[in-house]
Order: sequence, then C-alpha cells, then structure tokens
Amino acid sequence: MIDGFSIAEIGHFTLVLALCVAAVQAIVPMVGAARNDAAMMAVAPATAVAQFAVLVISFAALVHAFVTSDFSVLNVVQNSHSLKPMLYKVSGAWGNHEGSLLLWVTVLALFGALVAFFGRNLPPGLKARTLSVQALISVGFLLFMLFTSNPFTRAFPPPLEGGDLNPLLQDPGLAFHPPMLYLGYVGLSISFSFAVAALIEGKVDAAWARYVRPWTLLAWICLTAGIMLGSWWAYYELGWGGFWFWDPVENASFMPWLSATALLHSAIVVEKRDTLKSWTILLAIIGFSFSLIGTFLVRSGVLTSVHAFATDPERGVFILMLLVVAIGGSLALYAWRAPTMQGGGLFRPISREGALVLNNLLLTVASAVVLIGTLYPLFLEVTGGDKVSVGPPFFNMTFVPLMIPLFIAMGVGPYLSWKRADLYAAMSRLKVALAVTVVAAGISLVLLYGDSGYAVIGLALSAWLIAAAFSELLQRAGLGRTPVRNIPGRLFGLPRSTWGMTLAHMGVGVLVAGATGASLLTTEVITVMKPKETIQVGPHQLEFLGAEEVRGPNYVALRGNFAVRDEAGGKPVALMSPENRRYVARGQETTEAAILSGLFRDVYIALGDPDGEGGITVRAYRKPLAPWLWWGTVIMVIGGLVSLSDRRLRVGAPKANRSAPAGPRAGPRAEPAPAE
Amino acid sequence: MRKAATRKQRRMMIVGIGFASFALVVGLTLYALEDGINVFYGPTEVVENAVEPGTKFRLGGLVEEGSVTRQGTTTIFRVTDMNNSVQVAYTGILPDLFREGQGVVTLGEIDERGQFTASEVLAKHDENYMPTEAVEAMKRAGTWKHTEEGEKATQ
Repeated sequence: MIDGFSIAEIGHFTLVLALCVAAVQAIVPMVGAARNDAAMMAVAPATAVAQFAVLVISFAALVHAFVTSDFSVLNVVQNSHSLKPMLYKVSGAWGNHEGSLLLWVTVLALFGALVAFFGRNLPPGLKARTLSVQALISVGFLLFMLFTSNPFTRAFPPPLEGGDLNPLLQDPGLAFHPPMLYLGYVGLSISFSFAVAALIEGKVDAAWARYVRPWTLLAWICLTAGIMLGSWWAYYELGWGGFWFWDPVENASFMPWLSATALLHSAIVVEKRDTLKSWTILLAIIGFSFSLIGTFLVRSGVLTSVHAFATDPERGVFILMLLVVAIGGSLALYAWRAPTMQGGGLFRPISREGALVLNNLLLTVASAVVLIGTLYPLFLEVTGGDKVSVGPPFFNMTFVPLMIPLFIAMGVGPYLSWKRADLYAAMSRLKVALAVTVVAAGISLVLLYGDSGYAVIGLALSAWLIAAAFSELLQRAGLGRTPVRNIPGRLFGLPRSTWGMTLAHMGVGVLVAGATGASLLTTEVITVMKPKETIQVGPHQLEFLGAEEVRGPNYVALRGNFAVRDEAGGKPVALMSPENRRYVARGQETTEAAILSGLFRDVYIALGDPDGEGGITVRAYRKPLAPWLWWGTVIMVIGGLVSLSDRRLRVGAPKANRSAPAGPRAGPRAEPAPAE
Repeated sequence: MRKAATRKQRRMMIVGIGFASFALVVGLTLYALEDGINVFYGPTEVVENAVEPGTKFRLGGLVEEGSVTRQGTTTIFRVTDMNNSVQVAYTGILPDLFREGQGVVTLGEIDERGQFTASEVLAKHDENYMPTEAVEAMKRAGTWKHTEEGEKATQ
C-alpha cells in the first residue's frame, strides 16, 4: 500500500523528472534538426509524450493530496478544508499559485504531446524544432516552480485542519475557468513554437499556416470560453452585476485573445495567398508573449487584483527573467530571420486580404491600447510618479472607438473576393443586411429615445453583424441563384470553416448586443427593504417575502426570498432567493446574487447587510439583453469548434492535400471561391 | 514595372493607414489618460489639502474601528492611516470583505467640508491581504509596520 505521504512525494519526484525529460526534449531534437539526424529528431515526439505523462502523474498526486485532505502538504493546508465539497477540493488544486502553475506546465506538455501525436505528417525538421521550443518553455516554468513555487512543499507538523479555499472561488463557474483559460493561454505556446521553429528553418509557406491554424483555433476557443467563464463568474458572484471591469487581470487574458484573433485571420491569408508571412510569425510571437506577460502580471503581484496571489518579489523577478528571455529571444530571432521571408501574392486594398489586414491592424492596435492602459500605472510607479489606476473610462474612450470600424468591416469582409474586390458589388449584396441594420437602429431609437445614444449605435452594429453574416451564408448557399428549395441542402453542403466563420461573426453580434444592454441600458435600484415591501425595477415588481437562515456544507447563509411579478398586482412569475454566505473556516462572506434570466433580460438581485431595524439592503437590476453576452460567446465557441472540425483543417492533418495532388502549395485552391 | 509600383503603392497605403490609425490611437490614448486615470491619495494628504474638491481620486487606508454607521442604504465610515482620517459616505451594497479595521480602497471625490463621497468601494483582496493602496497610505503617513510581512496571501 502506498500511503498519502508517499503519493505527495511521487508528485514531487515526477516534477523533477519532468524537468529532466523536458531538458532532453529541448536539446536533442534541436541539435538533430540542425544536423538533419533523423534518430535525434525522433526523440522529440517520444519525450513530448513522456513529459506529459510524467506531469499528469505529478498533477494527479496534487489532486490526490487535495481530495484526501493531506494536510502534510503546505499547499493543501493553505487552500483546502476537510468539509469542502468534493468539486472544490478538486478545483482547489489549481485555485492557488503553485497548483495553477503545475496546471500551466501540464497543459503546456499536453499541447506538446498533442503535436507529437497528431502531427504525424508534419515535416520532421519542423516537428522536432517545434517540440524543442515547446520544451524550452517547459524547462523555464519547471525551474520556476521547483525553485520558487513548489506545490509539494511540506508543512511540519501537519495541522489538523486547513485554511479553506477562498469562498469566492468555491463556485462551479470558477472551478472550470482556470483550466479553460490556461488551455487558451498555453495553447498559444504551440503557435509560438511553430513560429520560432519556422524562423529557425527559415521557411514559411501555406502548409505552415495550415499546420498552425488548428492549434491557434483550439487555443482561441479555450481562451474565449475561459474568459467567458471568468466574466460570468464576476457577473453573478461579485454582486455588482458587472461583467467586465477592465481589471488588469482581465486585460491580461484579453490581450492574448485579441492577438490570437488577429493571428487566426492572418494565418488564413498566409494559407490562401502566401503573403503576410512575417507579420503572421510576429503575431504568433506576440500572442504568446501576451500570455507570458499576463502570467507575469497575474502571478507576480505587481498589480492589485482579485487574482493577485502571494506578493513574492523573488517570483516576480523569476517570471520577469523568463519573460525577457522568451520574448526578447524570439523577437531577436525574428529581427534576424524575418527579412528573408518574402510574401508572394499581391492584392488591392479593397480585397479579402485588405479586409483581413484591416482586421489585424485594428485588433493589434486594440491590444496595444489595452497594454498601455494596463501597464501605465506600473510605469508611472517605477518612474517615481503618482500612484494611479486606469479605470474603465480610459478603455471606453480608446478601445470602443477601435471596435466600431472593426465591426463595420467585419460585416463587409466576407463579401470581398481575394486579390481584388468590387466594393460596390459587395455593397449591393449587403442591401438586405443594411436594411435590417437601419430598421434595427430605427426601432432602438424609438424604444430608447432620450436614453442612450451609444446604445442605439451598439444595437445597430449588433444587427449589422448578425444580418451580414447570415445573409452572406445564405448567398453562399445560392440564394437568388437557385430555387429556394435547394437552399437548405446547399447550406449543409457548405464547408464547415464557412459555417464556423459565420457562427463566430454572428456570435460577436449577439455579444455586442448583450454588452450594450448590460452596460448601457441597465435599471438599478438600491434600497432598504422590510418584509412585504415591494419595489419596481423597470416593468418588474419585486416583493420581499422575508429572510431566513440556511445552512450549507461549509457555510451559513442569510437567504432573502423575493416574488417577481411582471406587472404590479399580477401573479408572481418566479421566486428569487439571493444569499449572503458566511464561510465557517475563514469567516469570509460572499454574495450569491439571484438571477432570473429571460430571452431578452436578466433580473438580478443581490443582498446587502441588515440595517438592524428589520430591513435589509437590496440591490436590484434589470439588465436588458444581458443573457446575450453568454449566448454570444457560446455561439462564438461553437463557431470555432465547427471550424476546427473542418476536414481541411483537421488537427495537424491537412487532408485536403489528398484531393490536391500538387502538394501543400495547392492549398489556396482547396477552398471554394466565395460565391459571386 | 507596373507590378512593382502597385506593390510599392500597396505598402505605402498600408503604412499610411497604419500611421493614421497609430496617430489616432496615440491621440485618443493621451486624451483618455488625461481623465481616465485616478490618482491615489492617503488620508493624511487629503487632510493636508492635497486634493482639489471635485477631482475624482482614490482614497485608501483602513476602515477606522467603530466608525461605521448606516442611514438607509448609505454607509458612513472613516478611512484612516492611523494618523489622520477622512469621512467617507457610500450609497449601495458594500463589498463582502468590507470590515472595520480592514484595508479599503475607495473611488470618489471630496467636497469643501472634507466629506468624501465614494462612487465605488473596492474589495480586490481577500481578508488577509492588505490592498497595496492601504499599505501605501500608511507608508506615506509613516505608520506602516511590517506586521504583515511574509504573510501568505492566497487568492
């Protein structure tokens, strides 16, 4: 029998073993690729899988320590409690600095193993170099863990009970937020490794873009889902009803997302038109650099935020060094090798390529703006200036104006043909979408007259995005050119990547509507309520029925019950029960908002403190279109998944090549030309 | 020859658009940084009239023991750096971690009578973790003791 103590020891041992494997994986294949030695290059896939296997054991050992409440492990002592529900015991394994780093490295190795597994038809040199770069990143992070943040550090003597996981984090949304986000963050490492490998090889072609795109897409999907889960959590858990705070940590995940989105689009240009190569490489480097910067900002404690784990200068300095080596090294390599990469295809400004370049420009500028807003306070502090914070007004003033042209162009882009396009013809195909937009703008103008001009713009843009994407799909299926009864069949015959793009673009439209509603059109009521009192929130009437004490597994809660009526004096349509929980172990309180989601609105109630005279502070919102935020993101994620399932892009295996015997270069022809 | 020219033109155009949007963004950014940022002050600086009434700023420190009173949905409390304190009024639901004797960061403005009206009370920290602003306030007032040094602040 193996007891709990030795299992934690196995975790520690395998962590060191992973470092050794990663070191081999970093050095041998790289040398092999330089010498064109097949045997040495073949080390890469084997070590990649081995490294992943070893890290999985290590991670499993940590989860085991959490699940069995092994309080001889310091990390468990600080972040777990024997009374905690099982889900949060498991998620507690990554709800802390050390554990989350272990997850980070495990995911990194997972992606390496996936490349090893699915990348059978990658050119051996590219594969060896990619995996080698991937392992270099692993080495850096494993060293960081072993020296400054070892999750298996022992506590002696072992205490009887742990300090519990921060109750704010004891939530299903947050149990899955970090792994998702990490899959996205770290998934970008693959694009990065591919880019660095291509720089070393000095060769970027359509085939390269095709190898990279599914990985970027996968990372993008996870990043999107991860950001959504975090935002959703903030929405219902923090009790403020906000979904995005422009908090430095949110920005840290948003910058990689913006550049991953740009990379997804520019990789299409490399694949189809063999141009924008060095730009795409740069984007791949920038994307992962943002992930690293994000990790640095979040983990070093230089910024105050919900996510600031221990403020340990030693850790900050170590991550900063990693950052300098990785980003500085790859950019230096880029400066050295990129000038040799010549683009092929020419294009006019008004063309599909042109639209994608505009997309890239706006997205990179947007991420630069977010970066400035995030780092400005740090910069000022380091240079001895005031201690400041950059708030939402800054981002609203800089980020939003960049999104408006982006959304307009997003509607038009898919209508443009490659190389050179006729804007006039495209606009005539957009007539219906334009009409829908004008009608939507008119309706929202009437409904919101005097309310918020910006909201009208937001809703019109949303209608534009959805209508343009939808009508493009229908026209591609031959609307107007074939009998209507053929359309459904032709719709399903369209390539999945087309469906993916349409869904993703529509998702953005839905999301924009949700963001507009949730931020600009919210009705808020804050008041003290006594039992049997009612308040009016927009058209809804809320009656406070009373408050009661309830007990959870590791908390006690004050629960308020509210009857919701759609009109004064009508029948109650729902019972809403927001709670204030007090967690036993830490004595910490959390707000559990009650949210009643409908098709077009959320009703949101959060409880405050009792006023001592029988009343309780109540914060109630009506947030029109707020649920669309999550649906929009879900549609985007589905779009990404559908696109990922396109056989042409199937992970690592460009199957389309089979039907195009001329080799990878034949790629551009594999996609049916956009319907004209 | 024409091909080379279009290529050059294309490049110039991309560069042109790039510069134009860059200039626009720099302009917007500088403009936004003007009033999108909030400077931080500690209670002592506020008491010593470092801040013009009507400017929005961040005030941080500790919630003074025994200073919290409620009038309906408005909570009135004092933020202290152990030397001086400022009275703060906030309408709404306070964050879960708001507690007497704990660190707090507020965003708002001060009136002529020295009353600070907060539009936001931030709780970006757990209960062990002192917000850096509160530490900063006490460092500026010279009352910061390294009692929390080395303390583990888990998320």
